[in-house]
Amino acid sequence: MNQEDLKEIAEKQKEANAPFEHNIHVCVAASCLSSHSDQVMTALDQEVKKRGLEQCCKVKGVGCMGLCAAGPLVSSGNNEKMFQNVTAMDAAAIVDNVVDEKPAPAAIVLDSKLPFFRGQKKIVLENCGEIDPEKIEDYIAVGGYEALFHALTSMTPAQVIEQISKSGLRGRGGAGFPTGLKWSTVAKAPGTKGKYVICNADEGDPGAFMDRSVLESDPHRILEGMAIAAYAVGANKGYIYCRAEYPLAVKRLKDAIKQAEKLGVLGNEVCDTRFSFRVEVRLGAGAFVCGEETALIASIEGNRGTPRPRPPFPAQSGLWGTPTLINNVETFANIAPIVRNGGDWFAGIGTEKSKGTKVFALAGRVTNTGLIEVPMGVSLREIVYKLGGGIPDGRKFKAVQTGGPSGGCIPEQYLDMAVDYESLASVGSIMGSGGMIVMDDSSCMVDVAKYFMDFCMSESCGKCVPCRVGTAHMYDLLAKITNGTASQEDLAMLERIAEVVKFTSLCGLGQTSPNPVFSTLRYFRDEYLNHIERKSCGAGVCSQPKAAGVGA
Amino acid sequence: MQGFQAKASPPSDDRRWKIVEGAMRRHGHESSSLIEVLHTVQETFGFLTDDALRYVAVALRVPYSKVYGVATFYHFFSLKPPGEHTCVVCTGTACYIKGAQSLLNAVDEIAGIKAGETTKDGKLSLLTARCLGACGLAPAIVYDGEVGGKATADSVKERVRTYMQSETVATGVGA
Ligand SMILES: Cc1cc2nc3c(=O)[nH]c(=O)nc-3n(C[C@H](O)[C@H](O)[C@H](O)COP(=O)(O)O)c2cc1C
Ligand code: SF4
Ligand code: SF4
Ligand code: FES
Repeated sequence: MNQEDLKEIAEKQKEANAPFEHNIHVCVAASCLSSHSDQVMTALDQEVKKRGLEQCCKVKGVGCMGLCAAGPLVSSGNNEKMFQNVTAMDAAAIVDNVVDEKPAPAAIVLDSKLPFFRGQKKIVLENCGEIDPEKIEDYIAVGGYEALFHALTSMTPAQVIEQISKSGLRGRGGAGFPTGLKWSTVAKAPGTKGKYVICNADEGDPGAFMDRSVLESDPHRILEGMAIAAYAVGANKGYIYCRAEYPLAVKRLKDAIKQAEKLGVLGNEVCDTRFSFRVEVRLGAGAFVCGEETALIASIEGNRGTPRPRPPFPAQSGLWGTPTLINNVETFANIAPIVRNGGDWFAGIGTEKSKGTKVFALAGRVTNTGLIEVPMGVSLREIVYKLGGGIPDGRKFKAVQTGGPSGGCIPEQYLDMAVDYESLASVGSIMGSGGMIVMDDSSCMVDVAKYFMDFCMSESCGKCVPCRVGTAHMYDLLAKITNGTASQEDLAMLERIAEVVKFTSLCGLGQTSPNPVFSTLRYFRDEYLNHIERKSCGAGVCSQPKAAGVGA
Repeated sequence: MQGFQAKASPPSDDRRWKIVEGAMRRHGHESSSLIEVLHTVQETFGFLTDDALRYVAVALRVPYSKVYGVATFYHFFSLKPPGEHTCVVCTGTACYIKGAQSLLNAVDEIAGIKAGETTKDGKLSLLTARCLGACGLAPAIVYDGEVGGKATADSVKERVRTYMQSETVATGVGA
């Protein structure tokens, strides 16, 4: 396999696609599949055959188009036309519309000019909804694996790292650590027993599903990013640690690895060079803490996933004690475009300190729930009201929760803030992995804090006391507040314990577990006081002895 | 070496152990493949029996205490047999905000079980997931491995009722 072969595959696939005057794309990512988009695809196929249109109309399964809530989604003509809530019965009407320009039933027409689609800038998701995730040729036809070839044949590892550093890309797994710096640390570390590259596809944050979407919609993008990284840092073996709750992502990854090895873009002598790189998928088993890098490594080694103190950092001593590069799925998804277009191109997008785009999972009390990708620096208001379409049912906006259990709630007064790493931190929240949960006045903020504390308490690995005992104690206090039996002293105690847990826990889980408490106390203290002093929950969520009588 | 291998024979002559043996062979009986192998056992038999844990311990040359420790650390592994039907309610943030609790209550009302429990007749197990990654469909629920979105207490009750009644309809194939 050399560059010529790659070009040939791309040309051939393009030629194969060319004669079709009409293209119909059906989303076959998990969310739409769960509402039977596979049946829609079969029905469309049959309809096309029945009318003898096989020569001019092509039906293709593609990855996530973003607006999963309106799924199953179907699109046509470069997303000029979109259809929502489609069933197999709609196949004839869709073919009528696409081929014969007959009007489609209003119920299934989705306005493709919605700000939800128009307001995005796609880098990470550029192939999602466009290519068939199960076909490597489709990926190659849109320029896939060119960046890997280019890196292997005309760049030194140092030059690759230089471009990544120049791009200003920061890790998308939560902490936002500069990717170039991490790569050069691993590259410099002496790896006499080999080095490893790991893709963190654990995606444990509740409310986050962008990694899942990329894995299911464009698995080769991740493999290409990992291979470029391996070349840059000097590794020959990689692991993708994917959560077992994502069976479709696991299957597509495994298939993609097989296809890539068969073509020679992974495996021995990648692209006819002396570089070799093998990738294996490892399954998580439902432990949130395994997203933490040292716990993840322990899990790949076959142990209980408990974190260990750092340093040494995995970059120095990771898997089997050797230098290991760990990056998030979305981080790897950004690599090929950066190598293709250069670091300066990427650095031209976003804000001064937060470059590029970010994929957000928009969920909760917002009209358009789904996945969006926007340049760093877009305001929260734009995300919630323009792309998200605002709050449904005539309700009132209350807060956006970002960063999952390590994050915080952002109130209305900051809606015009630019979303980037620094500004989110300045209001007591974090970017995290990109989950964004919109809440309206039907949510009680004390209850939300309790929800996250419940999460941290049950996901604590139990290795260190502050986290194990502290999260349980904080949970009990929050439960007391919500059920109307707490006093002012309990609130003071809650704040004291939160400080201790934050500063004395071993890993990020414990260290950040008080964040939802801190941020709700900062902006919604009156709600806490309301529960304590008046024994009442303004939103009517908590069971209060006065209000509801017998609590269940 | 030989001794170990001689001892590592499957707990029974159930053909399904071949699948487990295959998984161990693919990983060269490396102790680091423990979690992968446990996944295979659970996928094949539905849960992890004590016999299975002991067998895996010997075959991979890992202390039984460690195998047990790993099997109980991860939420995905179960040491109890699942019910004939399973219902997994997502309790991720988006689903929580959109009423996951009312779905759990609905199951409890019809089947009388709480999260993590199985009905006495073994018809139904109720589980929770931390997040299925399907927030767009919140609240999400998985019936027998099939994801259903935008669930309501009523739709859940209806489904659970059909599961519970399938016992009286008896041995036939459920719809
Ligand atoms: C409790 C905990 C859970 C985490 N979960 C994830 C996760 O699910 N996915 C992820 O990519 N990073 C997760 N991280 C961050 C990783 O430890 C690590 O920083 C990240 O994978 C590095 O990749 P990046 O530099 O590309 O962001 C978690 C961290 C902590 C403390
Ligand atoms: S902080 Fe919590 S999760 Fe982290 S090591 Fe300590 S007990 Fe485990
Ligand atoms: S992804 Fe959940 S599964 Fe997770 S919170 Fe969202 S719909 Fe529930
Ligand atoms: S899964 Fe189909 S649009 Fe997201």
